[in-house]
Amino acid sequence: MSSIVERHKTLERNVTLLAVLAFAAVTIGGIVEIAPLFWIDNTIEKVEGMRPYTPLEQAGRDIYVREGCYVCHSQMIRPFRDETERYGHYSLAAESMYDHPFQWGSKRTGPDLARVGGKYSDEWHVQHLKDPRSVVPESIMPTYQFLAERPLNQGDMTAELQTLYTTGVPYTKDQIAKANDDLKAQADPENATEFKTRWPKAQVRDFDGDPKKLTEMDALVAYLQMLGTLVDVNAPAAQEDLAKEKGR
Amino acid sequence: MADKRIDEPTGVETVGHEWDGIEELNTPLPRWWLWTFYATIVFAIGYVVVYPAIPGRHAASAGTAGWTSRGALAKDLAAADAARAQTRAAIAATPVEKLADNPQLLRAAIEGGAAAFKQNCVQCHGSGAAGSKGYPNLNDDDWLWGGDIATIHQTLEHGVRYPGDEQTRTSQMPAFGRDGILTAAQVQDVVSHVRVISGQEKASASSARGAQIFADNCSVCHGANGEGNRTVGAPRLNDKIWLYGGDRATLTQTVTYARQGVMPAWGQRLDPVTVKMLAAYVHSRGGGEALPAATPAPDAAPAAPATR
Repeated sequence: MSSIVERHKTLERNVTLLAVLAFAAVTIGGIVEIAPLFWIDNTIEKVEGMRPYTPLEQAGRDIYVREGCYVCHSQMIRPFRDETERYGHYSLAAESMYDHPFQWGSKRTGPDLARVGGKYSDEWHVQHLKDPRSVVPESIMPTYQFLAERPLNQGDMTAELQTLYTTGVPYTKDQIAKANDDLKAQADPENATEFKTRWPKAQVRDFDGDPKKLTEMDALVAYLQMLGTLVDVNAPAAQEDLAKEKGR
Repeated sequence: MADKRIDEPTGVETVGHEWDGIEELNTPLPRWWLWTFYATIVFAIGYVVVYPAIPGRHAASAGTAGWTSRGALAKDLAAADAARAQTRAAIAATPVEKLADNPQLLRAAIEGGAAAFKQNCVQCHGSGAAGSKGYPNLNDDDWLWGGDIATIHQTLEHGVRYPGDEQTRTSQMPAFGRDGILTAAQVQDVVSHVRVISGQEKASASSARGAQIFADNCSVCHGANGEGNRTVGAPRLNDKIWLYGGDRATLTQTVTYARQGVMPAWGQRLDPVTVKMLAAYVHSRGGGEALPAATPAPDAAPAAPATR
């Protein structure tokens, strides 16, 4: 015992050696905690239905990030009874695998939005974003009236999708090339035939209640209405897989 | 190290070096601290064995206790379901009209309904059930389709003008202006009349003309005096409660384009017990009416007035 203590003193007196060994200790800790996530199977569950975001949804997501929605709204339902009863089925890692960066958040001034898609009507979202107090009297959310007036101008969506593709989002060549057309088509049901062939399961409609123009409101509502709806988590097959999980 | 010596005043060993005559005491760690530290190491070894911890090639070790965060949630939910099972079974076995016979059960149903309301209904009817433009206030005595608990239950179960439910409540007001049934001037006249019977305007030449138009076109559903008709969900017009608004502009829009409010058939989305609990909750909000006399009312309450 005493010899170890004596040898430790050598370490304490040699600052370079201390730094090198401290770095080694932290590295081992980091590798043990982080590295396995890259190879163990249940880091990201294999689930049915997850797809990359459409250009309009992605543009809505950019507005979500721009306006700092994540400051008050999380997108992560934890597996606790109080959260699942209020927000729905707990979030799966797979559901944010195409998020760059993810929007899990760490603060809930407002409610979690991970499964807000389909819970309210488009009209409700538009009314709520324009004037939150008109539908939720106790709300302290700021008003986003301007979203309904500002035309959607998010730059070149082809370039954005290409960038996301580089980070690992599996867009097809066609989806990337036609991104700027698809951006408009998703909010324009009459000209969406081509869009639907590229995005068979996406929701197509005028989201902001103003068919005449494509606004930032269209994009944000399209994004919100998609959140949490891609994976059918309550399907029997998915539930069976989740029940079999171990080691998490 | 060779210079190690005992500091005389404290009786503690020194570290063994000195700067300008200043030395450092080598005070040992308190024993309780040291043993707590060792205990945490022992605990950690046990924890790693019992709980999921050590990463392998395909998955982390499962732990001998078989604990998973998602399994723990499933257990939690099952326990909560079990705790509620008896009450839910009792509510399931009780027809909605008879809930009031058992005050304790009714209270449980109202509480359950309040929780379900916050989850499913506040989106339109508001967190206090006070409604907003186009969405009825559930706290007042003004009912479109009827306010006794059985009628509310029927409305909840099958919805209003909800496609895909055979028994949904349905009626269609004609779009008098858009479909050319009335001219724009006639619409203004009938609006004048409606504003007179609702006590917002004094009678005028326009309202006199409107009265005749009202009698010919509107009284079938809304009643000769605008008292409304619940069998077709026609709102009462001779009061000051408005679903869309009683000002001239809104009324003109209503008469011109008609209104077709929709409520989902909750029987398709929620389980029967939750729908019953919601009916009990909505009925308890302050505007609930007693059952009509035809059905033997359990608490011998007087029959609801025929028209309201």
